[in-house]
Amino acid sequence: MAKESSLKNMVSTLFIVCLVSSTLLGGVYAITKEPIEAAAIAKTNSSISQVVPAFDNDPSADVFTKEFDGNSYKIYPAKKGGEIVGYAVETFSTNGFGGRIVIMVGFNLDGTIFNTSVLSHSETPGLGDKMVEGKSTFSVQFKGKNPADFKMSVKKDGGDVDAITASTITSRAFCGALESAYEVYKLCVQIQTNKENGNE
Amino acid sequence: MSKLSLLTSGIIKNNPTFVLVLGMCPTLATTTSAINGFGMGVATLFVLTMSNIVISLVATQVPDKVRIPVYIVVIAAFVTILQLLMQAFTPGLYATLGIFIPLIVVNCIVLGRAEAYASKNSVTDSAMDGIGSGIGFTLALTVIGLVREILGSASIFGVKFMDSDGILAFVLAPGAFIVLGYLMVLFNKLKSKIS
Amino acid sequence: MEYIIIVISAVFVNNILLSQFLGVCPFLGVSNKVSTAAGMSGAVVFVIALATLTTYILQYYVLVPLGIEFMQTVAFILVIAALVQMVEIILKKISPSLYQALGIFLPLITTNCAVLGLAILVVSKEFSFGGAPHMLNMVESVVYATSSAVGFGVAMILFAGIREQQELSNVPKAFQGTPIALITAGILALSFMGFAGLV
Repeated sequence: MAKESSLKNMVSTLFIVCLVSSTLLGGVYAITKEPIEAAAIAKTNSSISQVVPAFDNDPSADVFTKEFDGNSYKIYPAKKGGEIVGYAVETFSTNGFGGRIVIMVGFNLDGTIFNTSVLSHSETPGLGDKMVEGKSTFSVQFKGKNPADFKMSVKKDGGDVDAITASTITSRAFCGALESAYEVYKLCVQIQTNKENGNE
Repeated sequence: MSKLSLLTSGIIKNNPTFVLVLGMCPTLATTTSAINGFGMGVATLFVLTMSNIVISLVATQVPDKVRIPVYIVVIAAFVTILQLLMQAFTPGLYATLGIFIPLIVVNCIVLGRAEAYASKNSVTDSAMDGIGSGIGFTLALTVIGLVREILGSASIFGVKFMDSDGILAFVLAPGAFIVLGYLMVLFNKLKSKIS
Repeated sequence: MEYIIIVISAVFVNNILLSQFLGVCPFLGVSNKVSTAAGMSGAVVFVIALATLTTYILQYYVLVPLGIEFMQTVAFILVIAALVQMVEIILKKISPSLYQALGIFLPLITTNCAVLGLAILVVSKEFSFGGAPHMLNMVESVVYATSSAVGFGVAMILFAGIREQQELSNVPKAFQGTPIALITAGILALSFMGFAGLV
């Protein structure tokens, strides 16, 4: 059975156990470091491919940032045969019920929303998390809408968006994030057209 | 006791959730859907089995007074390994279960089995015990998750079976307590019927 | 002002027990009597305040600079276990009366997931109290954790009061013990949902 305890063997046992387990953890950490990073990139890539039309470039490699309203946003251009077919804008809102909500929003070149994909959030399961694609029809209503003529706020506030039942705060935050994504998108298109004009 | 009865004891007779009422925090918090409950159960099963094996191996070498700290370090090490593996290979599930993965460390089931069983028994018996209790815990969590998902979001394992939102309260905190309470009543009834 | 919001939010709106399910084991285990529930709550508030302060320092002055954040779980639980032990020894020496009131609960606290849970939460999640979401600083962390612990105490004492009354009522056999306690807790959680939207 268990050994008698003396100061020496207590200290040495604890020391050895800590040493062995921290070495082991260091090893596992080193092994899993790359897959963890790869998983994060894969997540971004898969949400990009969901929110923009079919493309053949690597949007993560072409990523650039834009400043809007004091924040910087990441924009992933989607290209097919060298031609830009759409932009995925990584946008966020800090007004969610549980704090920050990060959303990937994809725009066609005519300014309509192709699709949205929630990257991270801490909304209540069963309530606010219905904004996540596939969990309810909430996110579907934005597809194909152009924020220029689709009022991006919930009906309660005089907009065109059907809020999630009992989750007005989340719905408002979602709309806010899309709104700023659209502003960022407009900045990109402007530059794009300027460039084209310069080429001609 | 035969090896098989070691395994089944944790599933029915000493079910960690319904009979021993251990590890209530993850049981209530992560069972918003059947798949989440199942994921949490399997994560606990892994830690439980691995820590039971290691603790039964080292138990005779550990001085009595530092027993608990040593067990906690062993358990915490396996929990961290699990955290890293989940971040790498199942990031979605890791994000959903969130803080309850590191909290497996303080799940009374794990330390309870280490102290009550693994420290006094052979490696294979301890492994069996860990797997049995782990399966019992997983089953319980999956069932609770399933009931809450059916009532609360009108779906089974993520598949909608009717066009409705379900009764919201069952996905939220109060539903967790109430569903678990009634399932325990049911379990008690069934057990007294059998015996 | 921000601190008032933190306190109200932690005690009522996001009650750690009834909406985040941290510390349910002692909630069910030692809530038969109001006096024991109060004792346990006192010990929890005390330990959580100390533990959060210590683990906050550990996280930002040791783990992050060394780049070994993955050791968080191991380091935190060891520090908490040692801290609880130390509190027990010190309390016994300097204040025997307080030790008598809280002493028997201290060993149980190491495995109270509210302690480790809060320690991890405050360093890993952004909070927004009225303003923009941000990581908590040291004072905010301790205030948030301590008020969460007070919230734990409030729920615990309320619950113990209800259970004392329940002792006298006639509960069906299959419901006796934990099941009826859980269902009662469910109704209590339901009433705490009424605080949602307060801040």
